[in-house]
Amino acid sequence: MAVAGIDMGALVTKVVILNTNRILGAATLMTGETGETEARQAMDEALKQAGLKLEDIKSVVATGTGRAKVSFAQKQRTAMSCHAKGACFLFPEARTVIDVGAESSAAILLSADGKVSDSVSNDKCAAGSGIFLDAMSRMLRVPLAEMGPESLQATEAVPITSMCVIFAESEVISHVHRDPPVPRSNILAGIHASITDRLYGMAQRVGAESPVVMTGGASKNIGIVRALEAKLGTTVLVPEDPQIVGALGAALLA
Amino acid sequence: MLTMGIDIGSRSAQCVILDNGELLTYGNIETGPESAKTAYAAVEAAVHRKDELWGSYRMELPDVKTSHLRIEDMDYIVATGYGRVIVPFAHANITEISCHARGAHWFMPGVSTVLDMGGQDCKGIRVNERGEVAKFVMNDKCAGGTGRFMEIIAAILQLPLPDIGGISLASTEKIPFNTICAVFAKSEAMALMKAGVNKADILAGLHEAISKRVLALLKRIGIEEKFVITGGIAKNVGVVAKLEEKLGGIKVTMLPEPQIAGAVGAALFAMDRASKRSAKTNPQPTLSGPTAGTATVALED
Repeated sequence: MAVAGIDMGALVTKVVILNTNRILGAATLMTGETGETEARQAMDEALKQAGLKLEDIKSVVATGTGRAKVSFAQKQRTAMSCHAKGACFLFPEARTVIDVGAESSAAILLSADGKVSDSVSNDKCAAGSGIFLDAMSRMLRVPLAEMGPESLQATEAVPITSMCVIFAESEVISHVHRDPPVPRSNILAGIHASITDRLYGMAQRVGAESPVVMTGGASKNIGIVRALEAKLGTTVLVPEDPQIVGALGAALLA
Repeated sequence: MLTMGIDIGSRSAQCVILDNGELLTYGNIETGPESAKTAYAAVEAAVHRKDELWGSYRMELPDVKTSHLRIEDMDYIVATGYGRVIVPFAHANITEISCHARGAHWFMPGVSTVLDMGGQDCKGIRVNERGEVAKFVMNDKCAGGTGRFMEIIAAILQLPLPDIGGISLASTEKIPFNTICAVFAKSEAMALMKAGVNKADILAGLHEAISKRVLALLKRIGIEEKFVITGGIAKNVGVVAKLEEKLGGIKVTMLPEPQIAGAVGAALFAMDRASKRSAKTNPQPTLSGPTAGTATVALED
């Protein structure tokens, strides 16, 4: 029988439909204002891919910031446990998960049997989550998807001393207006270094161990992945679709 | 003796001129990208008593001509604030913590706790009877609850910054904000506004969140009367009201012109230094024996 997991993030809603550990369908959709509507839409999209109807789904587990809004979910699970479960399924040897979402981030230490052993998260401060990248993308007028690759072309990372997104924005503006001009890739490298520092700090607090897996939409940014690898001194594993790991974990827990 | 204090803050700069320790004039301007230019402009504002930025002056100034005063007429100039090291005509610079403590003490002798809510940081200062810093705590890492935060919110709500305090007092419904992050609060405020929530309620909710965070900071150094708030945000009656609610009976003393406390303190330090300097060059004979810091010529017979 098929099960489903739905991860209602602050920005994106993800659905994964599983049948005996095989992904039958997956969908992502921007989380709108109501939540419930988008949850249904995302579910319908995933069901279409799987060739199933909602009645065919034995159990639905909801996770993420908006999980309480999913009326058709039978159970709710924490984002931590879902990300841990999902990451372990994809990388059985994983010991640390670093999840970087739109408005929150977390570092999760796993025990040998894939359970959450320690975790630290931040959803109170915009630094260290996707919204920081989004703000910078808009300020520098560089499309979000290009920020990572361009940052890797830097000759050196411009230092951004502020953790705070608001203060960092001012720092970036002053770098943009420097004379002689600073290469944009260097500024981007500085921005990526800044967000990575934050993630690294969280990783250290849980005693991160290799292998490290990154999840969440922001881990599609190659600049962050490389910067984190450099700081951790180890390869960072990124799933093919890092954004659905939470929903996958939720489905596995259904 | 004329002394000057210049406080170059992150968002605004103030210049205060004292005449033998009495307030002669002051001015306030927006901090520009260059500290040196800002410093000169602040002097201009003080000397010409320009009030475009502030509206009317909140303190009575002596009815004395000041527009002829030049920087060269000052016996001593002390700079403070974020941009203090780049004020070209200052004789010395002193930290804003010391200057705010001193300035608050001048306004209110007996002050024990100073909360400075500035453009980009928030400080708590415990002050002793002499106006010196006894304890100090600061947040300058997070924009939440700083003047920057207020500016962002005022812009989102399309309200003039000086009005948000008064408007928030009309709030009737509690809107909880569970984060003080300026980035999150901005989008939350926007969403609430779109949903038709009353601006007064949104503002009151934010002020509530800010006051909680500020109080948590202050508790680290302890709050005791007299309690004074300095810095631009002191002019936000909404924040002050929320703070007072939580102080358990301790009253907040409002200064007539809270934004000039730093510059006043700087000008007072300038007076100390000017006196010391003239004492060193003109040692006064004393019959009562040596006094620390004063050169003496004993009149023995």
